[in-house]
Amino acid sequence: MLTTTLIAGLVLGGTYALVAMGLTIQYGIARTMNLAYGETIIAAAFGAYLIHNTLGVSPILGLVLLAPAGFAFSWIVYGLLMRPLVRRSKGGAVLEIDSILATFGLLFVIQGVMLVGFGGNYISYNYMNFGVDIFGATVAANRLLAFVLALVIGGGLYLLLTRTRWGTALRAVSVAPESAPLVGIDADRAARFGFALGGALAACGGVVVSMYQTFTASSGVIFTMKALIVVIMGGVGNLAGALSAGLILGLVETFVASYVSPGLTLAAVYLIFLAILLWRPTGLFGKARR
Amino acid sequence: MTTVTRRRALRYFGVSVAIAAASFAMPTSAQERTSIRIGYAISKTGPNSGGAGITTLPNYQLWVKDVNDAGGLELPDGSKLPIEVIEYDDRSSAEEVVRAVERLAAQDKVDFILPPWGTGFNLAVAPLFDRFGYPQLAVSAVTDKAPEFVQRWKKSYWLLGGGHDYTNALAGLLSKAAEAGEINKKVAMISVADGFGIDLVTAARPSFQEAGFEIVYDVTYPAGTTDFTPMINEATGSGADSFIAFSYPPETFAITQQAQVAKFNPKVLYLGVGTGFPAYGANNGENAEGIMSLGGIDPNNAENAAYRKRHEEVVGQAPDLWGSVVTYNSLQMLQQAIQRRGLDKEAVADELSNGTFQTVLGEVKLEDNQLRKLWFGGQWQNGQFVAVAPVDREGAAPAILPKPEWK
Amino acid sequence: MKTIIGFAVAAIAFGLLALAPFYLDAYGIGLLIGMTGYVTLASAWGLFSGRTGYVSLATVAFFGIGAYAVAALNETLPYPVILLVAAGIGLVVALIVGLATLRLAGVYFVIFTFGLAELIRQLVTWFETTVTGTLGRYIFLPLGPEHIYWQLLALCAVTLLITWWVDRSRLGMALRVIADDEVVASHIGIDIARTKIALFVISAVLITLVGAIQAPRWTYVEPAIVFNPTVSFLTLIMALLGGAARLWGPALGAIPLFILFEWLSANFPNHYSILLGLLFIVIVFLLPRGVVGLLERLRAPSAPLDQAAGTSAPAQGKAASQEVRG
Repeated sequence: MLTTTLIAGLVLGGTYALVAMGLTIQYGIARTMNLAYGETIIAAAFGAYLIHNTLGVSPILGLVLLAPAGFAFSWIVYGLLMRPLVRRSKGGAVLEIDSILATFGLLFVIQGVMLVGFGGNYISYNYMNFGVDIFGATVAANRLLAFVLALVIGGGLYLLLTRTRWGTALRAVSVAPESAPLVGIDADRAARFGFALGGALAACGGVVVSMYQTFTASSGVIFTMKALIVVIMGGVGNLAGALSAGLILGLVETFVASYVSPGLTLAAVYLIFLAILLWRPTGLFGKARR
Repeated sequence: MTTVTRRRALRYFGVSVAIAAASFAMPTSAQERTSIRIGYAISKTGPNSGGAGITTLPNYQLWVKDVNDAGGLELPDGSKLPIEVIEYDDRSSAEEVVRAVERLAAQDKVDFILPPWGTGFNLAVAPLFDRFGYPQLAVSAVTDKAPEFVQRWKKSYWLLGGGHDYTNALAGLLSKAAEAGEINKKVAMISVADGFGIDLVTAARPSFQEAGFEIVYDVTYPAGTTDFTPMINEATGSGADSFIAFSYPPETFAITQQAQVAKFNPKVLYLGVGTGFPAYGANNGENAEGIMSLGGIDPNNAENAAYRKRHEEVVGQAPDLWGSVVTYNSLQMLQQAIQRRGLDKEAVADELSNGTFQTVLGEVKLEDNQLRKLWFGGQWQNGQFVAVAPVDREGAAPAILPKPEWK
Repeated sequence: MKTIIGFAVAAIAFGLLALAPFYLDAYGIGLLIGMTGYVTLASAWGLFSGRTGYVSLATVAFFGIGAYAVAALNETLPYPVILLVAAGIGLVVALIVGLATLRLAGVYFVIFTFGLAELIRQLVTWFETTVTGTLGRYIFLPLGPEHIYWQLLALCAVTLLITWWVDRSRLGMALRVIADDEVVASHIGIDIARTKIALFVISAVLITLVGAIQAPRWTYVEPAIVFNPTVSFLTLIMALLGGAARLWGPALGAIPLFILFEWLSANFPNHYSILLGLLFIVIVFLLPRGVVGLLERLRAPSAPLDQAAGTSAPAQGKAASQEVRG
């Protein structure tokens, strides 16, 4: 019973971490709060659904198409929407507010396009919905895929950011965007790349999520908010933070459902989130400010 | 598929705009009116759009098209006038739906207003329908308080029954199976912590107790829950042969998937809203077999079959197999009431309360402003969601128990 | 002198608005209710968030508490007492939250307040389903739309009055220093914590009352209806677009946006989202400092031209705001 709950919780947490990692990259490197993040996830989910239902192709192969599409889309969005705002505001609180307003607008645009294209109905399909046995606990293969993908992406990006020159540049921009140019780093390019990378991760998340979760054109907000909770709890821009925060929330939800009451799962999730912030005001892995 | 719908809808709206323009151009006295204005506010965006987009809105659009294709709504003198639609999006907000109905009544002065989607929103606008004298044919509202509401708002009609209707029917069906020795007398229940789930689960407790069932697991989960593994595990260990979930569509789909993964195969699997969606049958194929839920249809009913065919042709998607046909039926009732009594709201309301109507549901007559002759339980059998309860009603198929193994 | 004229104009405006229900149909009153509700919400939001720079998404938590208090008590207590109780609950919750969030800043505060709203919604839901065994509650109070409107109008006036008073008082001065630099503020002996909490509580109580006053309009109340996060987002957007730090800023954002929403949803029910989103983006680019910023720029023609997509706006924005404040 305990191992079953533990494994179920970890797998659920992995799915949370997966959708949050793109946002933490976007927020950490590009320093813009992207409220339209969940819409990117849902757009990719619609893409995977179409690929599966009309073309009859595996949604996993769809990743090959949709991840670059998410990258390209976010690249364009940053160039058209965010860059002028960044230049205008030169960072700080003004940019924070401007990016909230602009991406809030973007959220409505993407959602509206999906509503016109697909209608408001629930979308769901079955893919990889069979059990896999892990230490005596049965886990759905599609969720396990999400969990593994979260670990692979998290680990891969971590290596990329810490072990490569280019990753070091990205991190430099996230720490000190003003001084990065002094050492020859193109901060604008780095931010744009970070934003686009986050978009690609969102697309990956969307494809995998669509395999086990029902969605509508309007459900993007739910993903954005869940991702924000995970990102903030882990510490902005910190991959390990997002991963551990996701896992903690997954475990809390599963344990509360099993041992306390399923009615209190979400309450417990928010309670833990609030408690951790009160304990560490910049998240689990966040650096103290000032 | 949806693009076709959109285009049709747009074409239709183009026509209605033209009619609107025409009606403004001409003096509109009672004799010279050129159209009948019918308005509604519906959730096109926001969390309610999923439900409204399958049970309510497509039927409004289908009905308007059907009526206008046939020359319009017929009045007592035999003349016909086309319907002109005024449509607002309530954005799934209570304040918006209230204001939109105020706008339809006070500003647009429409002849009739069709109700919004959902129990909460139907209640939110009920005082307004009452104040402005419009009959309210509430369909997507399951409530045990309907008799009270009818007292309070005389022109309100409640067409989808109350929670206890569904749970009594289910308890009746399960008792029969238990007496036949097919299942044990234990049930495990989960319900969504939302108006619908709570209404049903509070009705289910006495229903099962009276039928002599023991409720061995009874928990509520918050809307938006995605992982049901812990609850399925508990239900597996509870020893109950019947598993009942009063769930909303996303959870209904999720429970179905996760039960298969966990190889959880109770003899009775009863799920909530979403089970009667055509997509549910399509997605789950053979695995849908034997799963029960609210609603259901009589597959041998020719009118119903014709309605479903037309719905699919016009809207581009099949109707759901619970509320859709009742929604369309409510519109036909309105149509016939107008045909008999004209556009006077008071007279139409009187006709709705007392008249007998021929609709896609067959012959319909309301009792105390409520539709009582409904299918309260259905089951997927051979790719169709057929009505199985109330068991004593004509046309009910025998329930197949136990549910077949997952494929 | 200027103040007296300002007061007189505002009093006349509110007086005329109070007479409006006698001349308008139900829809007109409905519009005014919605508009006054959002003006009050945005102004109350601006009172705290606009003056401290702490962007709060807890609006709907307090709004929902107010509405739920009315729903829970409408059969047992007289209406004015219910409003007092609602305000009291809002006050206590705001005090606890205010004390708890002292250490949070920036986006951490934003998402904390969002989490808080969701937590309250979950707890109310759990309490209702497990303890009382119901979920929806009914409100049958003999209040017509005009009564709701008058109450909201009065609350709106009170909100603006409090805001005006805060800006004039020592509290307001303290806040301006805090918003500019908290370190400096603490060095010159301003009790930052107490100032922030006081403002948070006042703002939260006002928001609670908006929820309490509007609730009878919906007859039926359940958590999904009254804790709808959209309320938080719309309030924030309206206040920010208008100019959250000024007395009339939130109102100048709320009124045009409200009318815009209404117009779009009535005329383009199928493309509402797309048009709304595009308009938002355009507004952010064209009005870098909100409606108030635009008006100030128009009033001061000598200021350098910075309309062209507002490329050089921030520096001047800062300067301009300093001028007006001083």
